[in-house]
Amino acid sequence: MTALQRAFRCGIALTFALALSPTTHADTSPRAVLEHYASLVEANYDDTLAGIRELQDAVRSFVAAPSEAGLQKARAAWLEGREWYGQTEAFRFYGGPIDGEDGPEGLINAWPLDEAYIDYVEGDANAGIINNRKEDISPDRLNELNERGGEENVATGWHAIEFLLWGQDRSETGPGNRPYTDYLDGKAANADRRRLYLITVTDMLAAELEGVAKAWRNGADNYRASFVASGTEGIQRMLTGLGTLSRGELAGERMEVAMDTQDQEDEHSCFSDNTHRDIVANAKGIQNVWEGRYRTRAGRIIEGPSLKDLVAAQDASVARTVSQDIANSVALAERIQAPFDREIIGDDNSPGRKRVQAVIDALKKQTDALVEAARALGITRLNTSV
Amino acid sequence: MLLHSARHAWAGKPVRNAACALLTALLTFPALADHRLPGGHVGSIDDHGKNAFSLPAPGLNDEQKTTFVIGNSFFKKAWVAAPASTTARDGLGPHFIARSCGACHLLDGRGAPPPAPQGISTEQPMALLIRLSIPGRAADGGPLPEPSYGGQFNNDAIPGVKPEGKVLIHYDELPGQYADGEAYSLRKPRYTLTDLGYGDLHPKVQLSPRVAPHMVGLGLLEAIPEATVLAHAERQKREGKGIAGQPNRVWDAYANRHILGRFGWKANVGSIAHQTGGAFHGDIGITSRHFPEQDCMPSQQDCLAAIEGGKPEIDDRRLSQVIFYSQTLAVPTRREPDHPEVKRGEVLFHAGQCASCHVPSHVTGPHPDIPQYAAQTIWPYTDLLLHDMGEGLADHRPDFEASGRQWRTPPLWGLGLIKTVNGHTTLLHDGRARDFAEAILWHDGEAAFSQTYFRTLSKTDRAALIRFLESL
Repeated sequence: MTALQRAFRCGIALTFALALSPTTHADTSPRAVLEHYASLVEANYDDTLAGIRELQDAVRSFVAAPSEAGLQKARAAWLEGREWYGQTEAFRFYGGPIDGEDGPEGLINAWPLDEAYIDYVEGDANAGIINNRKEDISPDRLNELNERGGEENVATGWHAIEFLLWGQDRSETGPGNRPYTDYLDGKAANADRRRLYLITVTDMLAAELEGVAKAWRNGADNYRASFVASGTEGIQRMLTGLGTLSRGELAGERMEVAMDTQDQEDEHSCFSDNTHRDIVANAKGIQNVWEGRYRTRAGRIIEGPSLKDLVAAQDASVARTVSQDIANSVALAERIQAPFDREIIGDDNSPGRKRVQAVIDALKKQTDALVEAARALGITRLNTSV
Repeated sequence: MLLHSARHAWAGKPVRNAACALLTALLTFPALADHRLPGGHVGSIDDHGKNAFSLPAPGLNDEQKTTFVIGNSFFKKAWVAAPASTTARDGLGPHFIARSCGACHLLDGRGAPPPAPQGISTEQPMALLIRLSIPGRAADGGPLPEPSYGGQFNNDAIPGVKPEGKVLIHYDELPGQYADGEAYSLRKPRYTLTDLGYGDLHPKVQLSPRVAPHMVGLGLLEAIPEATVLAHAERQKREGKGIAGQPNRVWDAYANRHILGRFGWKANVGSIAHQTGGAFHGDIGITSRHFPEQDCMPSQQDCLAAIEGGKPEIDDRRLSQVIFYSQTLAVPTRREPDHPEVKRGEVLFHAGQCASCHVPSHVTGPHPDIPQYAAQTIWPYTDLLLHDMGEGLADHRPDFEASGRQWRTPPLWGLGLIKTVNGHTTLLHDGRARDFAEAILWHDGEAAFSQTYFRTLSKTDRAALIRFLESL
């Protein structure tokens, strides 16, 4: 009998034994855990969509009558939407709706991007799709152009929008500072195309996210329906998402590279200098899934049978360690000071680098604990690399 | 499929203590080797999706995984023309064919020639480069560069510098028939270089088209002992079946002497370090310690006058991270190795003499930079030797000891996943073969027996052989 089969039987017994326990949930069968995860995922994607709809509104208002205030509103909406999207990255890395064979992740969140691929840059006023009047600005064409001839030839997604709203970050102390007049006819070359580009990629982002949200909606014949019935496979996917985000993507791609190069270009949200929030959102996203607990945009708490419960039934000590390690990485992530591209500068004694390194070390520790937790469930080889 | 082997002992943990090393040695004893793990216990990954070629060898320790991630970021990084505010990555060109390693080696996979819907290419190639030379040998024994255009044709350039020209590819269809009457068609490419930026080409110019190969298991290939390679050459001679593999001996800038060639379509490169530095230099125009001069010919004044992005444009540390990354990409595990059709195909593979050159497995020796790569039983399906493949495939351009008709036996591991990773199925040095069958049908010269064998197989058996190849 596998560990998970034992867990299933254990779950029935636990239903009675734990009815009075406040910290664990009554039904910790794999099925219950998968169902609750699916609800959590659905809620998180829905919150992200709600944020993006507000971004669409703000962008439309801005483009209709460009002004400094309108640009600030659009920027604020982008930042708010990112708080929700960042948490959804814990649902990646197992070929689910977001990044399966036809998944839109590369169209949504690709970075770093070659700014000159999209618009003018310092030293080249005619750069990019926007300044090439022969190039078609349409969803189909931008999809084709995305990552064409190189992974940094990003044309769509969150960071394309970010670049359009903030411009290149040429400041040592703050984010990019693109003037709102870039969108005014007569004040900037190809302002009309810039306006169209901004609207187009924002709408494309909404459409892609909607597709992913649909795949997780309850009551349809979709990915969710097969996922919740997938037993061990589904549990392994949940853990793969957590492990790979912890070690491969967040600690590795998003932090170790930047620490090594000390290069402004290597931070996740380099135009808005919002990387410190990206890190917190990712860390929280991992915690949400592990604890089975998510606070929605409207302030509601969604809580239910979790991976933690499932593991605790096999090995309470490992489950505790994972919870502690994750709580630690979230707390340390919140201590990183903005802007991230200043935090990484200096030698190993610089306070900023120490703060970032502490998060990297904490994420690695939690990854080791997650691998142990997987083992407790009979999953002997959890991939955590990206 | 979960693999319940002791490999999990290394998941995220450093291979430090002696007991662990002993266990490693015992478990990788050839008798316990597993053909499902083409990259050995240390270098195989069970991912068969789009990222199948892009994951690190699971046996790496934590510090190595960090180096891998950093090397990956520089592998993908787009370089820009100097001077630029992003000083860490300026120095592109002056002549180049791509702006990043990843542009041609997309997802660490196989490049393809540009589309040619009516038998004529409609775009400039990027993942296919054209090597140039004229008859004779350079001081290091390698090809003699074309006097105006150098050793490689660069169809792109930074602002203010002329590109060397454009590449046009024409395909001629060559119809044929299997023994059972079924028809097939092979396409043979012809290359024309147009819009030349620096005058006429030398009348005796030699061209060799080379597509970007996939990059799995390269460090493991480095660890195959030279004696093993040479022993296969001896075996082939002894067997007297018309197969006569030869080692290439090539200049290596890192070893600072001639060494056994293992990489490149003509085994024209000896180490991944040299390959990486050479590719940065020749394909992107990035100088480094061992490739310090810009790749400009004396008559290319605009190239010589262009501003550089530092001396060198990539430092030792960064380059070594990219080299390590290139060495440690994992090999995807076998797909359906026990399927009856696959097993039938394997029998045919051996009966058709394919395994004489596409040697299924080797045991690695020590690797100077990656201790975990020692004593691994790997399944690359190559002897790393040069073979005369006949007139049809010949490029007539010698490369060190390789003649104009010889090609290195390419590794077959991972080829079945090119469709998933890169969305195409083209094979051979110039991507002329549109699928496995066409690739086999181009085999000639020393491999004539194998081609005939394949052509005379029944349709069912041909399908089985191909299914075996797809499973590797």
